[in-house]
Amino acid sequence: MNEVVLYSVLSIGGLGTLAAIILYIVAQRFKVIEDPRIDEVEEILPAANCGGCGLAGCRNFAERVVKAGTLEGFNCPPGGQDTMSEVAKVLGLEVEEQEPMVAVVRCSGSVQLAPPKTKFEGLNTCAFAHSLYSGQSGCPYGCLGEGDCVVSCAFDAMYMDENTRLPVVIEENCVACEACVKACPRDIIEMRKKGKKSRRIFVSCINREKGGVARKNCKVACIGCGRCVKECKFEAITLENNLAYIDFNKCTLCRKCPPVCPTGAIHELNFPARKPKQKKEDKSAEA
Amino acid sequence: MKTFKIGGVHPPEYKISEKQPIEVLSLPETVSIPLAQHLGVPAVPVVKKGDKVKTGQLIAKGEAFISANIHSSATGTVSKIDDVIDDSGYRKKAVIIKVENEQWEDGIDTSDNLIKECNLTQEDIVNKVNQMGIVGMGGATFPSHVKLQVPKGKKAEYLLINGVECEPYLTSDHRLMLEKSHELMVGITIQMKALGVDKAIIGVENNKPDALEKLSKLAKEFKGITVEPLKVKYPQGAEKQLIKALVNREVPSGKLPIEVGCVVHNVGTSFAVYEAVQKNKPLIERVVTVTGSNVKKPSNFLTRIGTPVISLIEASGGLLPNTGKVISGGPMMGKALNDLNVPVTKGTSGILVISDYEAQRVSLQNCIRCAKCVTICPMALEPYLLALISDKQRYEEAEENQIMDCMECGSCHYICPSGRPLLDQIRVGKANVGKMIRERN
Repeated sequence: MNEVVLYSVLSIGGLGTLAAIILYIVAQRFKVIEDPRIDEVEEILPAANCGGCGLAGCRNFAERVVKAGTLEGFNCPPGGQDTMSEVAKVLGLEVEEQEPMVAVVRCSGSVQLAPPKTKFEGLNTCAFAHSLYSGQSGCPYGCLGEGDCVVSCAFDAMYMDENTRLPVVIEENCVACEACVKACPRDIIEMRKKGKKSRRIFVSCINREKGGVARKNCKVACIGCGRCVKECKFEAITLENNLAYIDFNKCTLCRKCPPVCPTGAIHELNFPARKPKQKKEDKSAEA
Repeated sequence: MKTFKIGGVHPPEYKISEKQPIEVLSLPETVSIPLAQHLGVPAVPVVKKGDKVKTGQLIAKGEAFISANIHSSATGTVSKIDDVIDDSGYRKKAVIIKVENEQWEDGIDTSDNLIKECNLTQEDIVNKVNQMGIVGMGGATFPSHVKLQVPKGKKAEYLLINGVECEPYLTSDHRLMLEKSHELMVGITIQMKALGVDKAIIGVENNKPDALEKLSKLAKEFKGITVEPLKVKYPQGAEKQLIKALVNREVPSGKLPIEVGCVVHNVGTSFAVYEAVQKNKPLIERVVTVTGSNVKKPSNFLTRIGTPVISLIEASGGLLPNTGKVISGGPMMGKALNDLNVPVTKGTSGILVISDYEAQRVSLQNCIRCAKCVTICPMALEPYLLALISDKQRYEEAEENQIMDCMECGSCHYICPSGRPLLDQIRVGKANVGKMIRERN
């Protein structure tokens, strides 16, 4: 009887020891050495897994950024400047100051200004409408108003205006993740510098048709007349394919171009109201 | 009676214009001839503003392999080369000609005489078809000269002629088969010669008994041509379905019909080949059916390419006040137009005008998993699944489920009792999967 107990204890114990040795050797042999900083970086990231950085989630971002050892080409849009400087601290790097960006909708062809000529009854997505035809207003560049961008936004930073049927960006919520830029089949949405006090001047149109054709469909289309180009002293405005474009790196926000635009296609945001030609009052208003 | 085996639907036929003989439509004041009327690379214009052109003169050259020449459909002055809205709903380049007194280009035989004999070699026929800008007239507008050249290592056994016209309402091919049957037969003989085949089968659905009878009688005079009646079923006019119905062969996924030894041409194309080879006449006109509940006098017009759609509608009595939709093509696969000045192109088989009530979509309900779409899909796909995964942007999965085999016939959309936009979603999915595949290669 004792012998049975002894043999069982010995054989099971022996097997256990053998397994332990094999496991130890295997563990040593195939050890994955992971940089502990990956976990640290991941902790800092917002864990939204939004994909705004262009990578598959926050873990992937952490792995890549630690492996690269540089912050060049990496940006966490929802985390913003603060997150990036913390990541830099973990990696012992300096973070470059980056201008905050914000999404801008470059179309003002509302239901009122670019009245619909046809009725669309198909699947309610911009991607489908774009594949079918030029849109209800007839403008082949304008907003289709089905709201693919609003659906794509993970930060509640966009909504469809019920009256105009155009998307509106809520600046405070926008983290410049570019999801809407990718969702828009017509490239209407652009990431632009947020600017001082969130002030921006941009051409709210991307129609490249000839002036007359564009104007037929929409009252506020850019007709490519070039008056803004002449007005701009900083060479910030270029005219290409019947369309003016303001380079936000060159624009000094001098507010000279919006009044000369005959169709009102140039928009200015968050500026104080214009006071007609009374410079002193203007200054006091700004202060 | 023969038909294809998998799926298919039978929408109401509404062939209301089938008794109307083909009328010649008078020329409008200006014609706008789009440069992209065919599948492939758009043609390059060889005329400029202010040039005088004659009817049948070459105005744009198809320079790539898959492209087609374009000829002037009227005599006059080129007023400009500008963008016009075409049936895609977007502006595309077109040559706009101000019409003057008709004068044909030299060498074109405009008489009605039937010329039976054709002594050209295979190569000459293909060249002629290429020069005259013939494309598939069934709707896909694939350049015909490409289809008439059998690739090396492949052998064509059958020439299949598509006289099915399975789309409801449309009757242009039906009228053509009745009124131009002799020319059609000669055209088929020429195509057979070009391909080097000795068997040609004309497939005609049995809702056109008069055409069937006439062609069968005539076919006895021509060697190798047979006429086959087919059971009425949509989409029998699709290439792969027609091959299955006529010779019971299956084209592998992503492959061309030549893989199973078949070449398919439309009756309209065969007639155009006849005119090109025997009469030197380029493809500058085609038969267009103007039909629908909101047309006063449904008609079949022999229309010059470039005529605006509105002139066709006016010639058949004008628009009624409660018109909801004007469609280029048939009700199943046609495209709603967003402008009535859209020109007729080589692929326009009909103009369908329907009322407000008919144009409305069925109200949207939830999917009840009846699997009707799976039963009727002629490509044996699962439309409900493809639509769902396209909507969820799971494009890799859509590719695995053969979304690229979908030919957008619209049967699933038609049959769905819940009015779900299956085809709309699949189209978006297809576009994205196509993009994905192009990027990968």
